Amino acid sequence: MTKVGAPEKLIIGTKRLDGRSLEDMRPMETDVGIIKKATGSAIFKFGNTYALAAVYGPKPFHPRFLQDPQKAVLKCRYNMAPFSTGDRIRPGYNRRSTEISKVIRLALDSVVFVEDYPRTGIEIFAEIIQANASTRCAGLNAASLALADAGVPMRELVCSCSVGKVEDTIIMDLDGPEDMFGQVDLAVATIGNQDKFVLVQMDGVVTKDEFMKMIELSKKGCGSVYKKQKEILREKYKTGELNDE
Amino acid sequence: MEDEQVTENTSNSTLLVKERELVTPGDVLAEGLDFLPSSGCYREDNQIKAKLLGLIKIKNRFIGIIPLSGVYVPRPGDGIIGFVKDMQSTSWIIDINSPYDALLVLGEAVGEFVDITKRDISSYFDIGDIIYAKVLNVTKSKHVQLTMNDHRAKKLSDGRLLKITPSKVPRLIGKQGSMIELIKNETKCQIIVGQNGVVWIRGEKEGLASKAVKTIEQESHTGGLTEKITKLLEKGD
Repeated sequence: MTKVGAPEKLIIGTKRLDGRSLEDMRPMETDVGIIKKATGSAIFKFGNTYALAAVYGPKPFHPRFLQDPQKAVLKCRYNMAPFSTGDRIRPGYNRRSTEISKVIRLALDSVVFVEDYPRTGIEIFAEIIQANASTRCAGLNAASLALADAGVPMRELVCSCSVGKVEDTIIMDLDGPEDMFGQVDLAVATIGNQDKFVLVQMDGVVTKDEFMKMIELSKKGCGSVYKKQKEILREKYKTGELNDE
Repeated sequence: MEDEQVTENTSNSTLLVKERELVTPGDVLAEGLDFLPSSGCYREDNQIKAKLLGLIKIKNRFIGIIPLSGVYVPRPGDGIIGFVKDMQSTSWIIDINSPYDALLVLGEAVGEFVDITKRDISSYFDIGDIIYAKVLNVTKSKHVQLTMNDHRAKKLSDGRLLKITPSKVPRLIGKQGSMIELIKNETKCQIIVGQNGVVWIRGEKEGLASKAVKTIEQESHTGGLTEKITKLLEKGD
């Protein structure tokens, strides 16, 4: 099956269209503490995919009937900016963003110590400024950094990356064309660099062998995301040593 | 420091961090059962891990974390500055710059018998008033009770209020109150710092004092802060 506008080949030799080899990730870029009014904030970029996340709270949660007397409630919103893709996206919620908001919330719910802040709510916003595949992964990475920046107690950071299958070859971190014209797209999130998965979402058809191979590869990807996240937190607060003179 | 002497390696327990080291959530702080997790840490099987982004604080066998950011969570004994938000027949609801509101009941607020059929309690504290009070009790589900039964507790009037990040309050106070005393002496202002990050300043040089407080908040992590503040205060404004 070929689609309109598809490039003739996505993999030439051992190189992909953007010059990466099969198991390379796009360059990652991160920053934390960029929104002053938010309790915590972060950006996370995978090449041309650009996610901005902000965390507000823990704060009193309304409506009151949704409060939990024993734990904090996470409220998550994933949203793509109208200008983030080639075709304008109609602003506001749609089926896709509602679903992704939910999976991001569930992934973060498993690491946040919600029982430390009973009766409150933590609001998490993940905005996609520019989309070029793996937006949910970038959004989740940014959201987990923003939570750490906000001083919310967490078991671990959540790290996420995508793997996929293009021209019967398994590749790491799909970009726009590979996602659109490839065979399989698999988004994975792990707790830190452990073998604990909090998000596995796939479309396309794979054999069990291929799937296991992709999961193995994704662990490597999440590992390098984890390294990057720790790096930025340390760098940002490097001067944060309260050296009492 | 004597605290650093506890790195003894008995029964397979090892400490993996140093005092005042920066850690991020999920970092392994110690292995083995000889160390105990204090605030900001948790135990997973054989390891103690960090919950928060912050600096390590080791006291004997306890490993804790001083957070670098976050909201104020009340603890019994804290002196806080609060805003009277609402009133009920015999109590006040106080906004304490935290996810949780606090309750100040009449018995803890007033040192005399009050006949509520004859006297309106708004004559003591009214909506919009600002008070310095002490946290009496915090339940497990974070219901907070305040008390005015403390020699420092009072209603605050005049002056100005500033809000700073609650985790930076210890830095503003300094060792044995050295930093705040410096500002008080130089500006001749009355200053009260609430543990919840609200600062009250009254005096002729309010502007200068609040500038100093803001500077401390912004540059709390840099070295030589005392000198910087001394210079700022000498220069005046």
